[in-house]
Amino acid sequence: MKHLLSAGDLSRDEAVRVLDTAAQMAATQAREIKKLPTLRGRTVVNLFFEDSTRTRISFETAAKRLSADVINFSAKGSSVSKGESLKDTALTLQAMGADAVVIRHHASGAPHTLARSGWTQGAVVNAGDGTHQHPTQALLDAFTMRRHLVGDGGRADVAGRDLGGVRVAIVGDVLHSRVARSNVQLLHTLGAEVTLVAPPTLVPVGVGSWPARVSYDLDSMLADGPDAVMMLRVQRERMSTSGGGFFPSPLEYTRSYGLDARRIGLLPEHAIVMHPGPMNRGLEISADAADSDRAVIVEQVSNGVAVRMAVLYLLLAGETTNVKVDGK
Amino acid sequence: MSSGTAVPADGTPTGAARTEPAPAAPDATVVLGPPEISRALTRIAHEILERNRGGSRLVLLGIPTRGLPLAHRLAARLADVEPGLDAAALVGSLDVTMHRDDLAHHPTRAIGATDLPAAGIDGKVVVLVDDVLFSGRTIRAALDAISDLGRPAAVQLAALVDRGHRELPIRADYVGKNLPTSTSERVRVLLEETDGRDAVLIEGAR
Amino acid sequence: MTTYLLRSVAPLGGEPVDVLLADGVVAAIGPDAGARAGEATVVEGEGLVLLPGLVDLHTHLREPGREDAETIRSGTRAAAAGGFTAVHAMANTTPTQDTAGVVEQVWRLGRDAGWADVHPVGAVSVGLAGEHLAELGAMASSAARVRVFSDDGKCVHDPVLMRRALEYVKAFDGVIAQHAQEPRLTDGAQMHEGVVSSEIGLAGWPAVAEEAIIARDVLLAEHVGSRLHVCHLSTAGSVEIIRWAKSRGIDVTAEVTPHHLVLTDELARGYDPVFKVNPPLRTAEDVEAVRAGLADGTIDIVATDHAPHTREDKDCEWAAAAFGMTGLETALAVVQETMVDTGRLTWADVARVLSAAPAAIGRVEGQGRPIAVGEPGNLVLVDPSARRTVEPAEQATASGNSPFRGRELPGRVVATFLRGRATVLNGVLQDDADGSRRAAGRGVGA
Repeated sequence: MKHLLSAGDLSRDEAVRVLDTAAQMAATQAREIKKLPTLRGRTVVNLFFEDSTRTRISFETAAKRLSADVINFSAKGSSVSKGESLKDTALTLQAMGADAVVIRHHASGAPHTLARSGWTQGAVVNAGDGTHQHPTQALLDAFTMRRHLVGDGGRADVAGRDLGGVRVAIVGDVLHSRVARSNVQLLHTLGAEVTLVAPPTLVPVGVGSWPARVSYDLDSMLADGPDAVMMLRVQRERMSTSGGGFFPSPLEYTRSYGLDARRIGLLPEHAIVMHPGPMNRGLEISADAADSDRAVIVEQVSNGVAVRMAVLYLLLAGETTNVKVDGK
Repeated sequence: MSSGTAVPADGTPTGAARTEPAPAAPDATVVLGPPEISRALTRIAHEILERNRGGSRLVLLGIPTRGLPLAHRLAARLADVEPGLDAAALVGSLDVTMHRDDLAHHPTRAIGATDLPAAGIDGKVVVLVDDVLFSGRTIRAALDAISDLGRPAAVQLAALVDRGHRELPIRADYVGKNLPTSTSERVRVLLEETDGRDAVLIEGAR
Repeated sequence: MTTYLLRSVAPLGGEPVDVLLADGVVAAIGPDAGARAGEATVVEGEGLVLLPGLVDLHTHLREPGREDAETIRSGTRAAAAGGFTAVHAMANTTPTQDTAGVVEQVWRLGRDAGWADVHPVGAVSVGLAGEHLAELGAMASSAARVRVFSDDGKCVHDPVLMRRALEYVKAFDGVIAQHAQEPRLTDGAQMHEGVVSSEIGLAGWPAVAEEAIIARDVLLAEHVGSRLHVCHLSTAGSVEIIRWAKSRGIDVTAEVTPHHLVLTDELARGYDPVFKVNPPLRTAEDVEAVRAGLADGTIDIVATDHAPHTREDKDCEWAAAAFGMTGLETALAVVQETMVDTGRLTWADVARVLSAAPAAIGRVEGQGRPIAVGEPGNLVLVDPSARRTVEPAEQATASGNSPFRGRELPGRVVATFLRGRATVLNGVLQDDADGSRRAAGRGVGA
């Protein structure tokens, strides 16, 4: 693995390897001394063209817990020279000797462009690009699901195991969601069954080719007994875009697609509720649902650090081209 | 691996993805067989008890992959000699991958499990158990890993084979067999639990 | 002026004959040609196909305004290298080609460069803003004699403005060339909307946004009895609509680009902006539909939509990149590969779709003519058996955004003649044909 650009790039074994590594990382994070010397001397650049304090902090924590040097580069810059600034910024980072570039960008495919361009020699980690991919989010979601839903709810050793047979509902703005795209691919790779639930306006044309079912009816989907329900963030701005918005009103959206206490009641005992954050309480998820004992939303955040540690470890800890293997 | 060879470390905890050991090279020489290994472990167990005046404060931390089954075997022998000991409760696993200083020189290593005995290691006498003592770098990493996990009263080292060529000021407290080797040779320890048979081999004097 | 004897060439792929070019015209064909050759420069034409000089109805030459991407000189050199003797220069320059003054300037620059006839396309609306009609009549009666009007790059989406334009150009036998793109349905669009866009997360450009405008426009053209030309048609649905319109007798013509004949939206997966173009690359089914439409005559012509862009406009993330790809130097090769080598078009058909028909739509005189004695010496000599790998750095266009980079294509332009003068000979641009002293300061190399 040279880069992590898309959840779709991971084979089943590679994905399980990340999850297994993340499990070991998570174990270290339960200790009093959380910092490991593993990536001492390596430099990780967090290159954020789009604000995302949570994701940046998660990557920063992960890199620091592995003793990497972290440079945060907030390049939320002019819209005029968007293209130039990606190239020039990348060249600058290369000159600084970045071993890995964690990139968040508003343009789908920007991490691919960076990885392909030769502008940087470092490993490129996609931390969210446009409406395309957010692979570490999918990995942390899979990690969280495996913990709760595989191996007797965490009582058995789940190392080496995938998500075979786990049934997941992903609910909300699939059209604009990189979280949904990444999760559909990764969950499918890991053997889970995915159903997308959304109003038809928020389902992309072409979804028929995705390895997922589509439903417009949340209640019947919940009654069907999913093992996990992942609520996607719905941006209020979607209301005011051209064409009069994607749904008539927040209230109507909440009535049809919001997760509340009543709908939680429809779920099987063991089912978990997930959300990538940040939540719009009262829109896609009610406070009751968000704070219920089914919700693993806070745990997703801490799992995010472990998964990102695993990704950085797997990308950076191995052989490097500029270090000679000694003779022994 | 403490054998210091090109064999990638394999600390995969379940064994599901464990790589099969390469077949012994045609020029391999068996230097220890099952009876010798068994006798060496028994002797080490007695030395441990003697030196520490019993097993009450002991914790055996095996370094994956092959240090761990050796630690279990040693614990069983300790319990045989001192019936009050609970062999299982003595043993832990200490993965040192994330403390190694040579990560950049090898393909990415899988990270093994670190599991401490329930009582922890604070105030205990930790006996590190590994199969081969070579450069000493694995033990250096293990000492760092231990210091992140707690503060033992003392740390001791048991190795089935000491093949020399130390690169750090580290020596074993308990050695199964001192094995003079050249650096071009390869020492491989095979164990029933991981490899299907017990043997120590020397390969490839070039 | 040099006299050329083209020995044993196959006009329109037919029986080999000798063709004599003298005094800017086809002077003789057959045994007569050799007899009259005298001091002529002989071009050995064994195995070569002779076609009328190609005419492009859709070229972006970028001058005035973006001379860093292309100049009229570099663009027409690229045209000559690709076998073209006439190009229509689209109106989206800076300033816009929306007045007689600007179109005359472009026309003169083309004439002075001397590599291919440049026929400026006039803007339909002032500044391509889609609000007020530009001075179409003044452009038509200028020295540039504009007959094709287009806001290409933008759609004339206001139905009233479109109707007025269609009606107005009837006075001077003009044609409106529509860039069919419903703007609201394509707000922020980056690529074809479908399976690939859904997966790679780029905003979709639905086929219906093209088809809806074409459907509206053919009905408008029928209603007002005007001539309509549809630019770069790209979807199977558009082909169906044109087929239907023609069956009703509506006076509509349609073009397809070489890239839409071969490339698909799958290429977007790598996010290489060299494949970003408007209208976007569509699906394999659409590619098959436009090939079929071209084969059965529903689509009248192939036009390049040659759209050069500087490196900085393509060397960036997809969303920030400009739309467009170069095409003048690969168009004939792509048509050969997709249509001739597959048996769907003959070389005579190629002469029709790349020369005669575009000249007729653009009302260009002296171009797209039959190969006959007395006709203007606008010819191209092609070696269909040659193969070459496309290398943008070796092309004459000033920009490197060829989607065929690294791809092997069939055919090679051996010679291009503009009114009897070789602009390309033995596959090499003839710089002395240009009066290179005059152009030396322009800084555009071969």
